[in-house]
Amino acid sequence: MAKGDPGAGPRGRRAAPRSRKAATGDPELVQLLTPEGARVDSVTGPDGVEYRVDFTDEEYRGLYRDLVLVRKLDAEATALQRQGELGIWASLLGQEAAQVGSGRALRTQDMAFPTYREHGVLYCRGIDPIMPLSLFRGVDQGGWDPNEFKFNMYTIVIGAQTLHATGYAMGVAMDGKTGTDDGEAVIAYFGDGATSQGDVNESFVWAGVFNAPLVFFCQNNQYAISEPLERQTRIPLYRRAAGFGFPGIRVDGNDVLATYAVTRHALDNARHGQGPSLIEAYTYRMGAHTTSDDPTRYRIASEVEAWQAKDPIARVKAFLEREQIADAGFFTEVDEQARREAVDLRERVLAMPDPEPTTLFEHVYPNGSPLLDEQRAEFSRYLESFEGSAH
Amino acid sequence: MATETLTLGKALNTGLRRALENDPKVVIMGEDVGKLGGVFRITDGLQKDFGDQRVIDTPLAESGIIGTAVGLAIRGYRPVCEIQFDGFVYPAYDQIVSQVAKMHYRSRGKLNIPMVIRIPFGGGIGAVEHHSESPEAYFAHTAGLKVVSCANPQDAYVMIQQAVASDDPIVFLEPKRRYWEKGQVDLDAPLSEAYPLHSARVVRSGSHVTLLAYGPMVRTCLDAATAAAEDGRELEVIDLRTLSPLDLGVVYESVRRTGRAVVVHEAPSNVGLGAEIAARITEECFYSLESPVLRVAGFDTPYPAARVEEDYLPDLDRVLDAVDRSFGW
Repeated sequence: MAKGDPGAGPRGRRAAPRSRKAATGDPELVQLLTPEGARVDSVTGPDGVEYRVDFTDEEYRGLYRDLVLVRKLDAEATALQRQGELGIWASLLGQEAAQVGSGRALRTQDMAFPTYREHGVLYCRGIDPIMPLSLFRGVDQGGWDPNEFKFNMYTIVIGAQTLHATGYAMGVAMDGKTGTDDGEAVIAYFGDGATSQGDVNESFVWAGVFNAPLVFFCQNNQYAISEPLERQTRIPLYRRAAGFGFPGIRVDGNDVLATYAVTRHALDNARHGQGPSLIEAYTYRMGAHTTSDDPTRYRIASEVEAWQAKDPIARVKAFLEREQIADAGFFTEVDEQARREAVDLRERVLAMPDPEPTTLFEHVYPNGSPLLDEQRAEFSRYLESFEGSAH
Repeated sequence: MATETLTLGKALNTGLRRALENDPKVVIMGEDVGKLGGVFRITDGLQKDFGDQRVIDTPLAESGIIGTAVGLAIRGYRPVCEIQFDGFVYPAYDQIVSQVAKMHYRSRGKLNIPMVIRIPFGGGIGAVEHHSESPEAYFAHTAGLKVVSCANPQDAYVMIQQAVASDDPIVFLEPKRRYWEKGQVDLDAPLSEAYPLHSARVVRSGSHVTLLAYGPMVRTCLDAATAAAEDGRELEVIDLRTLSPLDLGVVYESVRRTGRAVVVHEAPSNVGLGAEIAARITEECFYSLESPVLRVAGFDTPYPAARVEEDYLPDLDRVLDAVDRSFGW
């Protein structure tokens, strides 16, 4: 925060926007890859930090592969919902770079607290992509082990997980796991709508006061279901951090390189004991909030088209082609892998059995409950009464 | 055997001290729990002896207290959260019922949230609004939470330690108007043998009517039983101790013997614990009952101003009146 209010920025951007245009237009972004696919070697953010990445060609290709796979699996899930195989789906379309960039910036020991849309981060954490589909299909409530994968359960209640992340990060600090290169950091994901929630503001207070090793990662996708950004805020979201006493920065959320660089820097600060920070990944939800809503009711086609021109995958592809890091054979191979994984996902979803009815009584309490045991026994007797009948 | 005379508040304090000593993962957190020792001094001296990483003064935000405790629990800690007063728990309600209660279930048992939420509850201390409420039904209604209430110093000392040691998330209701009542406390009392956490207990034997109470109303019912004895009526008093799950075996056994039951609590009667208990007794003991199960409870109003709270709260006379009605059936 050496340069004072980071929101004002070194180039003297205008103050609090009042109109929608001001809130969403021409944001000050950390960007390392332009929408045309031109690489920027390094950029000094409004926080005075020089952001850069230094990937090998193999790593660049790996990021591209991640982006394509994540988009394809997401598209497959949307299709499965449309065919009645999932109850609902929250698509990440358009937010691949924000998720893969931040997800790949995490180290093995770092812990992530997602919302219900972080399928890309989940993929980066090495979790089988069928896991969230089981949640949305209704066979369980998200069955991966949060401690094994260092990726907590999806949280549906908006913003609730930011407090969990804060407490977890306090625990990391209390365990003495900060202050070194192999220290631990925590990341909390949430959206622009969540910034209006009390829990998110409380977590900002707590993280600041306790200097928690935590990165708040806000994917500003411009809409909370139908409510546009200006229904949540009259200042750019990253500027809120200053009021809570920690750095905030806005990054081009459609730029996987910049997202990676900014997140890695914030995570490293956290793991070294320098406390929390807020990243606003400025992006756009290309699809619906979930498969249950109709975005044509609340946003105009030209806006969507403008964001299509900033597509997070197209620009990496352009970069790889321009720099001759990848050839046509590579792109074909990635597409083929994505297709295979999507087919595999579909087959496994269709084969997923419904849980046994009595499993609904399991894991309510670690120590059980006599009243629940009684209810379960009664329900089992009831089910057994149908044996041999046509039911 | 180390037995001391302690107030209920001091017994809780001593129990919490034991819990902190026994497990380095136990942390106490809440508003003013540190230097001040809590507004009721239940955590008095604990921060001084265990440090500010074990006894954590928090920002003034109830959802934050519970929500960050969830994260600490996921990290392997055992948070004991203090909500300063009953009526202040509602800002944390979402975290308690949607997160604390459901994490074990949602994760199919992979996450435990071994957390205690201490709430001084109930009236009778002449406080201003929001400081005298009985929110137990909200929590007892939520699967995944367990709800208990202590009524005497010995139970306070033992139950708080049992609650902290349990892997279940527990709402621990402390009868604030009984904080200053004294009793004998066996400091070497075993934690799991005679009275496990989720067990009701007959605290006075009688053969004519069963009085069912918990927390602050146990003392009221015992006083009523003493008064009734002068008229030749032997009232059995059961301290429920656990509100979720209810320990009904003791209750059924008693009601089958007495044939009459009166449930007493401070919370409003409408959809309160008394309704649940009355329904269960009716289902299980129907042929033993001599009269309907009656309820003595707070009225279905917001908790009133202090100058009329004695009219609102069930007292000895209202309990005895219900006993009369039970016999008059």
